Amino acid sequence: MKPSNKGRKSAVAAIKVQDGWMTVETTVNGARQSWKIRPDDFLLDALRREGFKGAKKGCETGDCGSCAVLLDGKAVASCLLLAAQSQDREITTIEGLGTPSEPHPLQEAFVDTGGIQCGFCIPGMILSAKALLDRTPSPTEAEIRRALDGVLCRCTGYVKQVQAVKLAAERKK
Amino acid sequence: MRTENGALEGVENLKTVHRSVRRVDGLALACGTAQFTDDVDIRGLLTGKILWSPHAHARIKKIDVSEARKIPGVRAVLTHRDVPRVPRTTAGQGYPEPSPYDSVVLDDKVRFVGDRVAAVAADSPEIADKALAAIRVDYEILPAVFDPLEAMRKGAPVIHDQPDSKHIADAQKNIACKFDFEVKQGEWFSGADAIIDKTYKTQYAQHCALEPHVTITYLDGNDRLIIRTSTQVPFHCRRIVAQSLKIPIKRVRVIKPRIGGGFGAKQEIVLEDICSALTLATRRPVKIELTRKETFISTRTRHPSVIRLKTGVKKDGAITDALMEVVVNSGAYGTHALTVMMCAGSHTLPMYKIGNIRFDGRSVYTNLPIGGAYRGYGATQGFFAWESQMDLMAEAIGMDPVEFRRKSYIRAGETSPVFKAMGEGREGVPQTIVSSGLFEALDKALEAGGWAEKRRAYARQTGVLRRGIGLACLMQGSGIAEIDMGAATLKLNEDGSFNLLIGATDIGTGADTVLSQIAAEVLGVKETDIIVTASDTDVTPFDVGAYASSTTYISGHAVKKTAEKIREQILKVASGILDEKVEDLRLEGGMVAAKSGAACKLAEVANTSLYYRDQHQIIASASHFSHTSPPPFAAHVAEVEVDTETGQVTVLRYVAAVDCGTAINPALAEGQTEGAVLNGISFAMTEEMKFAPGGRTLNGTFRKYKLFNTLDTPPIVTILVPTYEPSGPFGAKSVAEISINGAQAAIANAICNAAGVRLYDPPFTPEKVLAALKKRS
Repeated sequence: MKPSNKGRKSAVAAIKVQDGWMTVETTVNGARQSWKIRPDDFLLDALRREGFKGAKKGCETGDCGSCAVLLDGKAVASCLLLAAQSQDREITTIEGLGTPSEPHPLQEAFVDTGGIQCGFCIPGMILSAKALLDRTPSPTEAEIRRALDGVLCRCTGYVKQVQAVKLAAERKK
Repeated sequence: MRTENGALEGVENLKTVHRSVRRVDGLALACGTAQFTDDVDIRGLLTGKILWSPHAHARIKKIDVSEARKIPGVRAVLTHRDVPRVPRTTAGQGYPEPSPYDSVVLDDKVRFVGDRVAAVAADSPEIADKALAAIRVDYEILPAVFDPLEAMRKGAPVIHDQPDSKHIADAQKNIACKFDFEVKQGEWFSGADAIIDKTYKTQYAQHCALEPHVTITYLDGNDRLIIRTSTQVPFHCRRIVAQSLKIPIKRVRVIKPRIGGGFGAKQEIVLEDICSALTLATRRPVKIELTRKETFISTRTRHPSVIRLKTGVKKDGAITDALMEVVVNSGAYGTHALTVMMCAGSHTLPMYKIGNIRFDGRSVYTNLPIGGAYRGYGATQGFFAWESQMDLMAEAIGMDPVEFRRKSYIRAGETSPVFKAMGEGREGVPQTIVSSGLFEALDKALEAGGWAEKRRAYARQTGVLRRGIGLACLMQGSGIAEIDMGAATLKLNEDGSFNLLIGATDIGTGADTVLSQIAAEVLGVKETDIIVTASDTDVTPFDVGAYASSTTYISGHAVKKTAEKIREQILKVASGILDEKVEDLRLEGGMVAAKSGAACKLAEVANTSLYYRDQHQIIASASHFSHTSPPPFAAHVAEVEVDTETGQVTVLRYVAAVDCGTAINPALAEGQTEGAVLNGISFAMTEEMKFAPGGRTLNGTFRKYKLFNTLDTPPIVTILVPTYEPSGPFGAKSVAEISINGAQAAIANAICNAAGVRLYDPPFTPEKVLAALKKRS
């Protein structure tokens, strides 16, 4: 869940600043975005302001994982990243996976197993699972639990969420 | 319909009920398109923020907001001088609430670190913060008291000395509420062969719903106050906000969007009154969204308890006497103080066959955060004491703890005097157990837990790591008898779909799905043909809300009655279309089918009634309340490993077998059980709010207040034990709360089995286990 900034200094340095506002060029769910942000805006706030409400605010300290999004394919806590750090990077939010009419296999699997209760942690949970399945298509239960360990859920016992990731992996085969 | 043991026969004939259908809102939640309170953009929205008390107990001598008001972008600053003073309770309970009226919107006195001092509304969060910092408060700091036993002593600071509070049991002694009762059948302890007298203490804990409390308020074109809020109790919220701000109920509309978990914390008016006051002052939309830290310090908690249990037991296993003294720490205000304290007895004592029973209960004010409703609602605290004591009693008479329990527990056909003696805040309602799967649940949990072989295997262990297995059995209620009420409205659309309007409040439990299934079953359609609109006080009928494990049992019954009325109306119209007698018709697969083989679609019925013949809307409403609150039952088995060198306890496996009657949706019932079990385990092992000597919360973050994550969580095995409760819809009882009550006792019993030490004060941290091990050796 820790954001990485390796090799990104030049990209951030390229951001235009005017009257205290920065213009950040980033890609969200495949579409190029140009955001006017304040230097101290966090990525979570910028995303929510731009309409990506699937990223949820549960703690703002990087401890709950409700705000997780994919940054260049890696699950990160968007409440800990500055919005400026998304310059020239690819962000995937839950809205980028699927819609209720055309859901992503993980979204479908979470519904099928009954892994969703209040649903507040689910976007972070599903995106964390996606990052796992993208690099490990057939994960073990231990690998699934490790991949989801940054996302807290208070409604479930994680049982059906782990099952959901297994189910999605099986269906993909 | 019922077999001998009460199990439902012909469950396979049900089409929608008793099936793990998908959540009707599942895909929207999975795709991030479901709208929670804060997932809307409102033009001109102001940020509301609250100034919290830094002192545990102080009087506001002077409060100067002139500088704050001057800051550009500040639209309102409210203090106790600017809002009506109406003593009320923030507890979202049925009217009249059994909680004391001991709080007001803003007061000139603060009673804990985190109490409200003032509120601001500003153009941005940054400006709101500046405004809070510019408020000058001159406090007269008063002596504070943090321990409930000390608070009751003479000379302790009086926390509620204001003259206008109502229904406080004894304000001078800081006693918010008290309740005593006795059922005496013989001389106290005269028949006992052994007497066990122990005191159990449970800790401060918080709900930790992942969505923090958030409220948005605005005025509509008619100057009505709209409250969009994260609540479990929309109708109680409407009533209490109107009462608090002295505005008519008809001017208030409460809308409940998707809710990110509640667990009792949102059965409470936490922000709605103050956010509304800011909107009324500014005539602008205002949002107050708490941070996680604010949620920890200022909202609600599980009442910590001190429970003395003195019980007498005969050698043959009969419990002769039980004296239960309960003191709960209510914190600064008495929300749910009477009822949580009473439920520590009323939801535990009836499970045991006891000769003499006495219950002495006190809820006591202290200068710490406010206790409130929390899943389990006193039964959690009570069962830790009771199910620990059961092992101690069995040991004292040399009886196997399972055999002892089998002799002690209430059975179907039996009653307990406690049902009548103790209700929620008043006398209860007598009842006899009709459905019980307790003994079957016990058998299944023992089997799945490997009890017999493990109990033997763990009897003589040496070495550093020792394993143990422990048991706890539980009950709860299904709604509150003769208090809880839910209502529903159904109407038929042209395509054969239905609108279901319910006051019932899905806070993440799956209630919308369960209630759709009940309607669909009666109407012979799929649950996806039912469009749910829930919990909008302008649109939907009344419901008390999501608490007391009432939704499936009470609101579900209202939905079933409503659907039955609609069925009558449909059959009447179809009888005209098909020229068949009503009694020869049935609803099936979206059709009205006749015995003769003739059939018509529901869409045709709808179109006929709307456009062609004797035109009318097929629509009906019904309400339900219950004279009984049938208990669900459960048996939990925990297996642990104790590191005797470090004191670290690891929960290896947890089995929960639950009798919830007919599970309307088994996957959702399992999910409720798994979630309650895990919350119980982490409450037993790690969760505890800690306070500095002056009453400040020390660990108000998820980093320091530890919830279990996927790696911490042991394998959880859930077994649903079907029974049929005739008073419930399709035989259903409740499931939501019961399984949070088991872990503390089951784990304490398992630790004792493993390492021979008994712990009376969760959480069972390594320090406590190690201290107990050292004390023994």
